[in-house]
Amino acid sequence: MIEVRVFATLRQGRDKVTMLSPEGIACAGDILDRMRIPREEVSILLINGFHQKPETPVKDGDIVALFPPVGGG
Amino acid sequence: MNPRYERNIPALTEAECGILRGKRVLVVGCGGLGGHLIDMLARIGIGALRVVDGDVFEPSNLNRQLLSEVPLLRVRKAKAAAARISRINPEVAVEAEDSFLTNENVHRLLLACDAVLDGLDNIESRKMLAAACAQAEIPYIYGAVNGWVAQAAISMPGDHLIETLYPEGATLKNKSVLSFTPALCAAMQVSLCVKLLIGRPVEAGTIYYFDLLNQEFESIPMT
Repeated sequence: MIEVRVFATLRQGRDKVTMLSPEGIACAGDILDRMRIPREEVSILLINGFHQKPETPVKDGDIVALFPPVGGG
Repeated sequence: MNPRYERNIPALTEAECGILRGKRVLVVGCGGLGGHLIDMLARIGIGALRVVDGDVFEPSNLNRQLLSEVPLLRVRKAKAAAARISRINPEVAVEAEDSFLTNENVHRLLLACDAVLDGLDNIESRKMLAAACAQAEIPYIYGAVNGWVAQAAISMPGDHLIETLYPEGATLKNKSVLSFTPALCAAMQVSLCVKLLIGRPVEAGTIYYFDLLNQEFESIPMT
Protein backbone atom coordinates (compact mmCIF):
# COMPACT_ATOMS: atom_id res chain seq x y z
CA MET A 1 0.00 0.00 0.00
CA ILE A 2 0.98 3.62 -0.49
CA GLU A 3 0.39 5.88 2.51
CA VAL A 4 -0.74 9.39 1.58
CA ARG A 5 -0.72 12.12 4.23
CA VAL A 6 -2.38 15.45 3.48
CA PHE A 7 -1.87 18.69 5.38
CA ALA A 8 -3.70 21.95 6.15
CA THR A 9 -6.49 22.85 3.70
CA LEU A 10 -5.96 19.63 1.70
CA ARG A 11 -7.73 17.90 4.62
CA GLN A 12 -11.01 19.59 3.78
CA GLY A 13 -13.18 16.68 2.68
CA ARG A 14 -10.31 14.18 2.97
CA ASP A 15 -8.84 12.02 5.71
CA LYS A 16 -5.51 12.94 7.28
CA VAL A 17 -4.08 9.61 6.08
CA THR A 18 -5.28 7.53 3.12
CA MET A 19 -3.94 4.10 2.21
CA LEU A 20 -3.98 3.51 -1.54
CA SER A 21 -3.43 0.30 -3.44
CA PRO A 22 -0.42 0.76 -5.75
CA GLU A 23 -2.36 -0.86 -8.57
CA GLY A 24 -2.66 1.63 -11.44
CA ILE A 25 -0.38 4.14 -9.71
CA ALA A 26 2.94 4.74 -11.46
CA CYS A 27 3.86 8.23 -10.29
CA ALA A 28 2.91 10.79 -7.64
CA GLY A 29 0.67 12.58 -10.14
CA ASP A 30 -1.49 9.46 -10.38
CA ILE A 31 -2.09 9.75 -6.63
CA LEU A 32 -3.22 13.37 -7.06
CA ASP A 33 -5.62 12.27 -9.80
CA ARG A 34 -6.96 9.37 -7.72
CA MET A 35 -7.58 11.76 -4.79
CA ARG A 36 -8.98 14.49 -7.06
CA ILE A 37 -6.36 17.04 -5.98
CA PRO A 38 -5.52 19.57 -8.74
CA ARG A 39 -1.78 20.03 -9.38
CA GLU A 40 -1.97 23.76 -8.60
CA GLU A 41 -3.25 22.99 -5.09
CA VAL A 42 -0.03 21.19 -4.14
CA SER A 43 3.09 23.15 -3.22
CA ILE A 44 5.21 20.56 -1.42
CA LEU A 45 5.11 16.91 -2.53
CA LEU A 46 7.23 14.61 -0.42
CA ILE A 47 8.01 11.01 -1.24
CA ASN A 48 9.61 9.32 1.76
CA GLY A 49 10.59 12.73 3.12
CA PHE A 50 12.11 14.24 -0.02
CA HIS A 51 10.48 16.88 -2.22
CA GLN A 52 9.70 15.47 -5.67
CA LYS A 53 7.73 16.27 -8.81
CA PRO A 54 4.37 14.74 -9.80
CA GLU A 55 6.21 12.77 -12.50
CA THR A 56 8.36 10.96 -9.92
CA PRO A 57 7.64 7.20 -9.74
CA VAL A 58 6.11 5.77 -6.56
CA LYS A 59 5.93 2.17 -5.40
CA ASP A 60 4.33 -0.05 -2.80
CA GLY A 61 5.41 0.99 0.72
CA ASP A 62 6.13 4.63 -0.12
CA ILE A 63 4.89 7.44 2.10
CA VAL A 64 3.67 10.51 0.23
CA ALA A 65 2.96 13.85 1.96
CA LEU A 66 1.12 16.72 0.30
CA PHE A 67 1.10 20.37 1.45
CA PRO A 68 -0.94 23.16 -0.18
CA PRO A 69 0.52 26.55 -1.19
CA VAL A 70 0.74 29.03 1.69
CA GLY A 71 1.16 32.55 0.41
CA GLY A 72 -0.46 35.20 2.58
CA GLY A 73 1.20 37.73 4.82
CA MET B 1 26.85 48.23 27.43
CA ASN B 2 23.69 50.02 26.42
CA PRO B 3 21.03 48.91 28.98
CA ARG B 4 18.56 48.52 26.13
CA TYR B 5 20.41 45.35 25.08
CA GLU B 6 21.16 43.90 28.56
CA ARG B 7 18.56 41.15 28.19
CA ASN B 8 20.02 40.11 24.86
CA ILE B 9 22.95 38.79 26.92
CA PRO B 10 23.99 35.94 27.25
CA ALA B 11 21.61 34.49 24.63
CA LEU B 12 23.64 36.69 22.30
CA THR B 13 27.20 37.72 23.07
CA GLU B 14 28.15 41.39 23.23
CA ALA B 15 30.17 40.86 20.07
CA GLU B 16 27.11 39.39 18.30
CA CYS B 17 25.01 42.38 19.38
CA GLY B 18 27.70 44.57 17.86
CA ILE B 19 27.54 42.63 14.61
CA LEU B 20 23.74 43.15 14.43
CA ARG B 21 24.17 46.89 14.92
CA GLY B 22 26.37 46.91 11.83
CA LYS B 23 23.76 45.26 9.58
CA ARG B 24 21.12 46.64 7.21
CA VAL B 25 17.98 44.56 6.63
CA LEU B 26 15.23 45.11 4.06
CA VAL B 27 11.65 44.31 5.10
CA VAL B 28 9.27 44.11 2.16
CA GLY B 29 5.70 44.55 3.33
CA CYS B 30 4.55 46.27 6.53
CA GLY B 31 1.35 44.30 7.07
CA GLY B 32 0.66 41.07 9.00
CA LEU B 33 4.15 39.60 8.80
CA GLY B 34 5.95 42.90 8.26
CA GLY B 35 4.62 44.59 11.39
CA HIS B 36 5.95 41.83 13.63
CA LEU B 37 9.21 41.56 11.67
CA ILE B 38 9.90 45.28 12.02
CA ASP B 39 9.09 45.28 15.72
CA MET B 40 11.40 42.35 16.52
CA LEU B 41 14.26 43.61 14.33
CA ALA B 42 14.15 47.06 15.92
CA ARG B 43 14.08 45.67 19.46
CA ILE B 44 16.94 43.20 19.00
CA GLY B 45 19.09 46.01 17.60
CA ILE B 46 19.57 45.65 13.85
CA GLY B 47 21.47 48.81 12.91
CA ALA B 48 19.51 49.86 9.84
CA LEU B 49 16.06 48.91 8.56
CA ARG B 50 14.68 49.68 5.11
CA VAL B 51 10.90 49.15 5.10
CA VAL B 52 8.70 49.01 2.03
CA ASP B 53 4.94 49.15 1.51
CA GLY B 54 2.69 51.16 -0.80
CA ASP B 55 -0.54 50.51 1.07
CA VAL B 56 -2.61 52.21 3.78
CA PHE B 57 -4.21 50.59 6.81
CA GLU B 58 -7.76 49.30 6.29
CA PRO B 59 -10.28 48.02 8.86
CA SER B 60 -9.71 44.43 7.65
CA ASN B 61 -6.05 44.71 8.79
CA LEU B 62 -7.00 45.18 12.45
CA ASN B 63 -7.45 41.45 13.21
CA ARG B 64 -3.75 40.69 12.81
CA GLN B 65 -1.47 43.55 11.72
CA LEU B 66 0.60 44.73 14.68
CA LEU B 67 1.09 48.24 13.28
CA SER B 68 -2.61 48.79 12.53
CA GLU B 69 -4.70 50.76 15.01
CA VAL B 70 -8.05 52.50 14.69
CA PRO B 71 -6.42 55.97 14.77
CA LEU B 72 -4.09 54.86 11.94
CA LEU B 73 -6.78 53.78 9.46
CA ARG B 74 -5.99 55.27 6.02
CA VAL B 75 -2.44 56.10 7.19
CA ARG B 76 0.45 54.95 4.95
CA LYS B 77 1.92 51.68 6.26
CA ALA B 78 5.55 52.56 5.48
CA LYS B 79 5.21 55.85 7.35
CA ALA B 80 3.62 54.12 10.36
CA ALA B 81 6.37 51.49 10.34
CA ALA B 82 9.13 54.11 10.35
CA ALA B 83 7.44 56.01 13.19
CA ARG B 84 7.09 52.84 15.28
CA ILE B 85 10.74 51.87 14.76
CA SER B 86 11.83 55.32 15.94
CA ARG B 87 9.60 55.06 19.01
CA ILE B 88 10.93 51.56 19.86
CA ASN B 89 14.61 52.15 19.13
CA PRO B 90 15.83 55.57 17.97
CA GLU B 91 19.28 54.07 17.42
CA VAL B 92 17.99 52.23 14.33
CA ALA B 93 18.56 54.07 11.05
CA VAL B 94 15.27 53.88 9.15
CA GLU B 95 14.51 54.30 5.47
CA ALA B 96 10.84 54.04 4.49
CA GLU B 97 9.71 53.49 0.89
CA ASP B 98 6.05 54.27 0.36
CA SER B 99 5.56 52.13 -2.73
CA PHE B 100 4.82 48.56 -3.75
CA LEU B 101 7.63 46.29 -4.91
CA THR B 102 8.15 46.49 -8.68
CA ASN B 103 10.70 45.30 -11.22
CA GLU B 104 11.80 48.93 -11.43
CA ASN B 105 12.51 49.54 -7.72
CA VAL B 106 13.50 46.10 -6.42
CA HIS B 107 17.20 46.31 -7.31
CA ARG B 108 17.59 49.76 -5.78
CA LEU B 109 15.86 48.61 -2.59
CA LEU B 110 18.31 45.72 -2.22
CA LEU B 111 21.41 47.93 -2.40
CA ALA B 112 23.76 47.51 0.59
CA CYS B 113 21.39 45.12 2.39
CA ASP B 114 22.74 42.14 4.32
CA ALA B 115 19.46 40.20 4.31
CA VAL B 116 15.88 40.52 3.07
CA LEU B 117 12.81 39.61 5.09
CA ASP B 118 9.64 38.60 3.29
CA GLY B 119 6.53 40.34 4.59
CA LEU B 120 4.68 39.96 1.30
CA ASP B 121 1.17 38.65 0.75
CA ASN B 122 1.24 37.23 -2.77
CA ILE B 123 3.14 34.71 -4.87
CA GLU B 124 4.10 36.98 -7.80
CA SER B 125 5.90 39.54 -5.61
CA ARG B 126 7.73 36.76 -3.74
CA LYS B 127 9.01 35.34 -7.02
CA MET B 128 10.16 38.81 -8.13
CA LEU B 129 11.91 39.50 -4.82
CA ALA B 130 13.53 36.05 -4.64
CA ALA B 131 14.87 36.40 -8.18
CA ALA B 132 16.31 39.85 -7.42
CA CYS B 133 17.89 38.57 -4.19
CA ALA B 134 19.50 35.69 -6.08
CA GLN B 135 20.90 38.13 -8.65
CA ALA B 136 22.23 40.45 -5.92
CA GLU B 137 23.48 37.44 -3.90
CA ILE B 138 21.55 38.42 -0.78
CA PRO B 139 19.88 35.85 1.53
CA TYR B 140 16.08 35.88 1.42
CA ILE B 141 14.24 34.98 4.60
CA TYR B 142 10.93 33.60 3.40
CA GLY B 143 7.71 33.60 5.40
CA ALA B 144 4.09 32.97 4.47
CA VAL B 145 0.85 32.40 6.35
CA ASN B 146 -2.69 31.22 5.73
CA GLY B 147 -5.34 30.69 8.36
CA TRP B 148 -3.72 28.62 11.12
CA VAL B 149 -0.64 27.70 9.06
CA ALA B 150 2.76 29.42 8.88
CA GLN B 151 5.94 28.45 7.07
CA ALA B 152 9.38 30.04 7.00
CA ALA B 153 12.77 29.30 5.48
CA ILE B 154 16.12 30.74 4.48
CA SER B 155 16.59 30.83 0.73
CA MET B 156 20.19 31.31 -0.35
CA PRO B 157 21.09 32.66 -3.80
CA GLY B 158 20.78 29.95 -6.45
CA ASP B 159 18.71 27.46 -4.46
CA HIS B 160 15.45 28.29 -6.37
CA LEU B 161 13.44 27.58 -3.23
CA ILE B 162 10.61 30.00 -4.04
CA GLU B 163 10.20 28.72 -7.61
CA THR B 164 10.08 25.19 -6.21
CA LEU B 165 7.45 26.10 -3.61
CA TYR B 166 5.20 27.92 -6.05
CA PRO B 167 5.09 26.05 -9.35
CA GLU B 168 3.39 27.71 -12.32
CA GLY B 169 -0.33 28.14 -11.66
CA ALA B 170 -0.10 27.64 -7.87
CA THR B 171 -3.23 29.10 -6.28
CA LEU B 172 -4.16 30.19 -2.79
CA LYS B 173 -7.43 28.84 -1.38
CA ASN B 174 -8.37 31.91 0.66
CA LYS B 175 -6.97 35.02 2.35
CA SER B 176 -7.80 34.12 5.94
CA VAL B 177 -5.09 34.90 8.53
CA LEU B 178 -5.54 34.74 12.30
CA SER B 179 -3.83 37.11 14.75
CA PHE B 180 -1.25 34.67 16.09
CA THR B 181 -0.15 33.07 12.81
CA PRO B 182 1.95 35.96 11.43
CA ALA B 183 3.43 36.56 14.89
CA LEU B 184 4.75 32.98 14.99
CA CYS B 185 5.97 33.11 11.40
CA ALA B 186 7.76 36.42 11.93
CA ALA B 187 9.43 35.10 15.10
CA MET B 188 10.80 32.16 13.11
CA GLN B 189 11.96 34.45 10.28
CA VAL B 190 13.72 36.90 12.60
CA SER B 191 15.42 34.13 14.56
CA LEU B 192 16.70 32.64 11.28
CA CYS B 193 17.83 36.08 10.11
CA VAL B 194 19.67 36.86 13.34
CA LYS B 195 21.48 33.52 13.29
CA LEU B 196 22.45 34.03 9.68
CA LEU B 197 23.76 37.55 10.33
CA ILE B 198 25.87 36.59 13.34
CA GLY B 199 27.21 33.41 11.78
CA ARG B 200 25.47 30.82 13.93
CA PRO B 201 24.58 27.50 12.22
CA VAL B 202 21.43 27.55 10.08
CA GLU B 203 19.79 25.12 7.66
CA ALA B 204 19.11 27.00 4.45
CA GLY B 205 16.57 25.44 2.09
CA THR B 206 14.56 23.82 4.88
CA ILE B 207 10.89 24.78 5.25
CA TYR B 208 9.75 25.13 8.86
CA TYR B 209 6.02 24.37 8.76
CA PHE B 210 3.64 25.11 11.65
CA ASP B 211 -0.01 24.02 11.70
CA LEU B 212 -1.41 25.65 14.84
CA LEU B 213 -4.85 24.06 14.39
CA ASN B 214 -3.54 20.50 14.52
CA GLN B 215 -0.31 21.12 16.53
CA GLU B 216 1.81 19.76 13.69
CA PHE B 217 5.33 21.09 13.20
CA GLU B 218 7.56 19.84 10.40
CA SER B 219 11.07 20.54 9.11
CA ILE B 220 11.06 19.82 5.38
CA PRO B 221 14.34 19.77 3.41
CA MET B 222 13.55 21.23 -0.01
CA THR B 223 16.86 21.87 -1.75
